[in-house]
Amino acid sequence: MALSAEESGRLAALLGGHAEQVTQRWTEIVAGSLRGRLSQAELRRQVQDLHSAIVTTSKQGVIDLSAENAAELRAALSELSRGRARQGFSATETAISIFALKEVLAGLAEEAGGATALRDYVAFSNLVDELGLFTFESFVRTRESLIADQAEQLLELSTPVVKLWEGVVAVPLVGTLDSARAQVVMERLLQTLVDTGSPYAIIDITGVPAVDTQVAQHILKTVVAARLMGADCIISGIRPQIAQTIVALGIEFGDIATKATLADALRHVLRLNGVETARRQPRRDV
Amino acid sequence: MTAGIDLGHPQAQAIRSDEDVVRVRQLVRAVAVAVKLSLVDQTKVVTAASELARNTLVYGGGGTVEVTTVDNGRRRGVQIVFVDSGPGIADLDLAFTDGYTTGGGLGLGLSGARRLVDEFQIETSAETGTRITVTKWSR
Amino acid sequence: MERVPILKIGDILLVSIQLDMSDQTAVALQEDLAERIVATGCHGVIIDITALDIVDSFVGRMLSTIASISKVLDAETVVVGMRPAVAITLVELGLSLNGIRTALNVERGMELIAAARADELDYQLDDDPDAETATP
Repeated sequence: MALSAEESGRLAALLGGHAEQVTQRWTEIVAGSLRGRLSQAELRRQVQDLHSAIVTTSKQGVIDLSAENAAELRAALSELSRGRARQGFSATETAISIFALKEVLAGLAEEAGGATALRDYVAFSNLVDELGLFTFESFVRTRESLIADQAEQLLELSTPVVKLWEGVVAVPLVGTLDSARAQVVMERLLQTLVDTGSPYAIIDITGVPAVDTQVAQHILKTVVAARLMGADCIISGIRPQIAQTIVALGIEFGDIATKATLADALRHVLRLNGVETARRQPRRDV
Repeated sequence: MTAGIDLGHPQAQAIRSDEDVVRVRQLVRAVAVAVKLSLVDQTKVVTAASELARNTLVYGGGGTVEVTTVDNGRRRGVQIVFVDSGPGIADLDLAFTDGYTTGGGLGLGLSGARRLVDEFQIETSAETGTRITVTKWSR
Repeated sequence: MERVPILKIGDILLVSIQLDMSDQTAVALQEDLAERIVATGCHGVIIDITALDIVDSFVGRMLSTIASISKVLDAETVVVGMRPAVAITLVELGLSLNGIRTALNVERGMELIAAARADELDYQLDDDPDAETATP
């Protein structure tokens, strides 16, 4: 795929010699495909950056995209695709920004003519393909990292650990728990125990429609881990279906405290701590 | 410790004494930090390395460890290879049973270490000793 | 070989493990602690592992042994400050630290020891029939 020294020399001459013409034509083609969603000036600047990166690299001899001296070119390409991915352009729209160079080169080769023109054009075109593929790859990578970031943000938002009382924190779980989310929640809960010095944690699963073996295991492991750290967990809000699942799966909840509601769980903890709650008061007189 | 880690090449460490087990832990930690494992995953892989390094010392009569970074295109990870030329493990199934020990430990070394990593390979024979390869991937 | 210092604070021995211990150091700590419990007559031992970034089966066993030894010597052991990542790893490893009491931090650990001592003193006073009903 790499261009030989002679070919890249000719490419440098071709692009460098007609700089104004090339960037002008290139910008026009790309602008057409983006239908005005990017300003002419911005587009022109991007095309100029790419143009100069290609010229600089090809002046240094053999163009090989993976080589050390192509770092500037790679950087220019990734910057372009990162920008496009962030601004919500499609993969095709991004790739066309590179493939447009083919059309420009075809025009130039036609003008130049000569014996080597066709062979050169094929070689240049191969190079452009390679640049296009690279752009595509970094476009996808950017998109993937965007998705990963969003997933993480969503995870943070959907799993707050709240302080209920002095020494009591709770994590109200809402929605489907997959293994990854369960793990994140549990790590966060344990960290909160340390940060707040709370010896009690309530895991409320009222909002969880179903649990599978793995998730139940995660919850159990968390309870055991919390115990190792010197804190107690209470599980509240177990729905009837979930209780059935737990028994059917043969998961041993052992001596883990379970309460019907978050309120019951809190009352249970407060009672352990010797705090009197309203409901208990009348009973003492009996 | 982290400063001298050259991630391009495997890091080797002999396991001849107690102090070497500590060095193995520090080495694995440094590489795990460098490939950006989460804190829990770092802790898991370092703990597994500690168990296996102690096994190499106690049962294998000493040996070497090699720590490398690996990349499968999507994720990076730490790979650790423990090699000893000891007597090998006669009954692998038994050795992987929780609570089974011949060395007076808790019997959690092999089975526990296997639970802490993503990939676990073991080759053992009475002639050539034992070679254990473990890998932990970033999430 | 490095040794882990043991501090005496009131009626409690405080061990704060600050280094990545070799197995020898761990064994030495076990022995030192037994001697100090007898020498000082302390009834509580707090082992602070806040600084430990891993606890493997060897250290886990050391902690269990210390707890058992001190129980024989009439002292209560509390392990405090275990990090979440360490706890999660221990669970995965399959180590349960049976017989060890734990607390989130040194302060809670001291409360735990004080409470355990108080229970024991109450129990000893049980000859007095009013002892239990008298406490509010």
